[in-house]
Amino acid sequence: MSISSETPFPRRPGESVVARLSCLAVQPILTRIVRRIATRHPSLFARLGPHQATDFLIDPQELPFALHLRPDPQALLLRAVPRGAAPRAGATIRGRFLLLLELIDAEQDGDAAFFSRDLEVSGDTEAVVRLRNALDDMDGSLAEETAAMFGPPGRAILARLRRTYVGETTALENT
Amino acid sequence: MSLAELICPAGTPAALRTAVDAGADAVYCGFQDATNARNFPGLNFTPDELAASVAYAHERGTKVLLALNTYPPAGKVDLWYQAADIGARTGVDAFIVADMGVADYIARVHPQVRLHLSVQAAASSPEAIRYYCENFGVKRVVLPRILTIPEIRQIRTEIPCEIETFIFGNHGLMVEGRCSLTNFLTGQSTNMDGVCSPASDVEYVRDADGSMSSQLAGFTIDRFGPEEKAGYPTICKGRYTAPHRPEGYYAFEEPVSLNLSRLLPELIDAGVHAFKIEGRQRSKSYVRGVVRAFRAAVDDIRAGRQANMADLVALTEGQKQTQGAFETKKWR
Amino acid sequence: MAVNDMTKLTLGPVAYHWSAETRRDFYARIADECPVDDVYLGEVICSKRAPFHEPDLPATIERLERAGKRVILSTLAEVMLKRERKATEDLAAMDAPEIEINNAAGLFARGRQPHRIGPFMNAYNEATIGWMAAQGATHVCLPSEMPASAIAVAARAARDLGLGVEVQVFGRISLAVSARCYHARAHGRTKDNCQFVCEEDSDGMPLRTRDDQPILRVNGIQTQSESYMDLLPETPRLVADGVSHLRLMPQAVDMVTVAQIFRDALDRRVSLPEADAHLAALTGDAGLSNGFYHGEAGYRRIAIVTSA
Repeated sequence: MSISSETPFPRRPGESVVARLSCLAVQPILTRIVRRIATRHPSLFARLGPHQATDFLIDPQELPFALHLRPDPQALLLRAVPRGAAPRAGATIRGRFLLLLELIDAEQDGDAAFFSRDLEVSGDTEAVVRLRNALDDMDGSLAEETAAMFGPPGRAILARLRRTYVGETTALENT
Repeated sequence: MSLAELICPAGTPAALRTAVDAGADAVYCGFQDATNARNFPGLNFTPDELAASVAYAHERGTKVLLALNTYPPAGKVDLWYQAADIGARTGVDAFIVADMGVADYIARVHPQVRLHLSVQAAASSPEAIRYYCENFGVKRVVLPRILTIPEIRQIRTEIPCEIETFIFGNHGLMVEGRCSLTNFLTGQSTNMDGVCSPASDVEYVRDADGSMSSQLAGFTIDRFGPEEKAGYPTICKGRYTAPHRPEGYYAFEEPVSLNLSRLLPELIDAGVHAFKIEGRQRSKSYVRGVVRAFRAAVDDIRAGRQANMADLVALTEGQKQTQGAFETKKWR
Repeated sequence: MAVNDMTKLTLGPVAYHWSAETRRDFYARIADECPVDDVYLGEVICSKRAPFHEPDLPATIERLERAGKRVILSTLAEVMLKRERKATEDLAAMDAPEIEINNAAGLFARGRQPHRIGPFMNAYNEATIGWMAAQGATHVCLPSEMPASAIAVAARAARDLGLGVEVQVFGRISLAVSARCYHARAHGRTKDNCQFVCEEDSDGMPLRTRDDQPILRVNGIQTQSESYMDLLPETPRLVADGVSHLRLMPQAVDMVTVAQIFRDALDRRVSLPEADAHLAALTGDAGLSNGFYHGEAGYRRIAIVTSA
């Protein structure tokens, strides 16, 4: 089974410093997001079944870091990690950031993207399918919810991200 | 004239609410176990979730159909009986069944609940359908996706029950309920366990030349060039070689989606009572988009207006679509 | 052992489009030399093929019965077209020989007249078998994908109701049927215009994965396993669990010898390992598999410890 942390990433000079600083900056936000989801959507964990203990590596290609998720209700973990220091993951999901966000929010049907090249899945496919189905059972928008945590500035950032994304990737919409 | 009910898929409670809100006449779903043919990881309903979902649907005038459409292996029949008992207690509007033993149980123990014959029973002739109607009181048959519209019209005149046909979604190739391909490669059975190409056995392998293989239990179901879009490794949609086809070809079917939107008026005219949208394993976004579009189209047709077919055709844009066997015998 | 002596060997219906001549020769040898008790005849897969060999049926039945075999006529697995409905109805109306039903249309036509339940009828469990027995079934062939644990429960239930219980123990496994003809498709034709191209492949048309692993066989509308199922090592347990009939599916190998190997093993004239080695040598390149019986992937070959 291919494990993504064994795959070498193309690295630019100085990238690791940027990545580490970004991780530090973003970590408090991630912690708030994940705690809020756990409180508001407890049924999510049941759908994960045995994969509550699985390490997921979510790799938004254009961000300077990847996300390490372990959806264990007893010790919930979502942290930003520099790509070079990513842990061995049970499952890896790699794609453009907004595509990942849209899949989470069911704004785009995941089936096509999940199993096409817009999104790369490696490792335990069942873990990924469980995560997807668990997230799909959440009402409302995770992106909106998260943005709302940060008030008007948060919403503005999300709106800008979306505009950029739609402009760049109209081709993806019809997959 | 046919009522043209819209029967919509729900893999989770959120998807069920989405389907109800988007205008489904009925939603079909299943429990989180082998009693239904979409026993996929992280999908389906607990008994409590089903109860809450039935309440939500009934408050809005939508029916809930419970799929009990797999074949219990000997020694495990009780699981199916218990599922039927829970469903009856919960107030589901119908059971969708395939196994004769399960049908007989429900007919005897829960005679007040409607029985629908699942496509998994593969009843494709008036005689087969009448067997289930006369013996178990089946009120509706879900027809296999192998019949042409004139054949459906003919069947309608010879059976005492309603007809439901698939109009959209995954296009199954094999006679449902008679396929052990998944079990042959993975050890998990479609009929007995409710799985089809289970995710636990799926792997995508990137090759050195940039191409990618989709594998099921270590068998290469397809291989994609660097520019080609990869698909999920379903055995009946894989590419293989044969003595006359050394280049590799889709031996059974290309990965296409069924879309009968253009044929809706003809199907209604042929006496089809209910239209089924496939896809309990798909996302809320799929459910929302497809149900809304078909709701509008069916309403237009029933009101004598021209339906906006362009919207329906767009649902599968970018993917290949087919009218399958419904349009022409040449499909066979 | 007495129990084994009671166990009957059966020869399933030929799944392939063998020519009339091939079939005549085949059944002549079966009648004269083959130690099987029951022989199933009739076209199960494709209704278009039936006219080629139906004219020979009466003579074949007579020949086999004269040789002491019990003959059973099998109905089509898929019934959709007018000619298929008619064929099923005609068979169901016969008094003799026995019939094996493979589609609910056949059950409808047969009513409560006695009949056998074929492997395409999905008799997976005691509830379904109980229902079928109440409708006149006298014998049931279990689906090939059933694991040992389920076979044991189903066989006990069927025997308690007085039914014969059959399990396929040799030959390619039927994995799927379809309305579409995959033989025709491989040759760029449709089912209506197939020109009977399936006749070219007397043991099915092989499909290989794109990395050249043999995987499946195409037989018209049917998809079969590449491997031959072989439950010879499992026969003692099958018999102990109440299975009364063991089905050999006709393949393009020496079926007389296949049957002899099973008969000798059942009668303990030859040890199981010796018999199984003989079978493996006879079937040559075709892999043998028994995964379904052991609850594993069907293509697998699971070694079992035998006390023979």
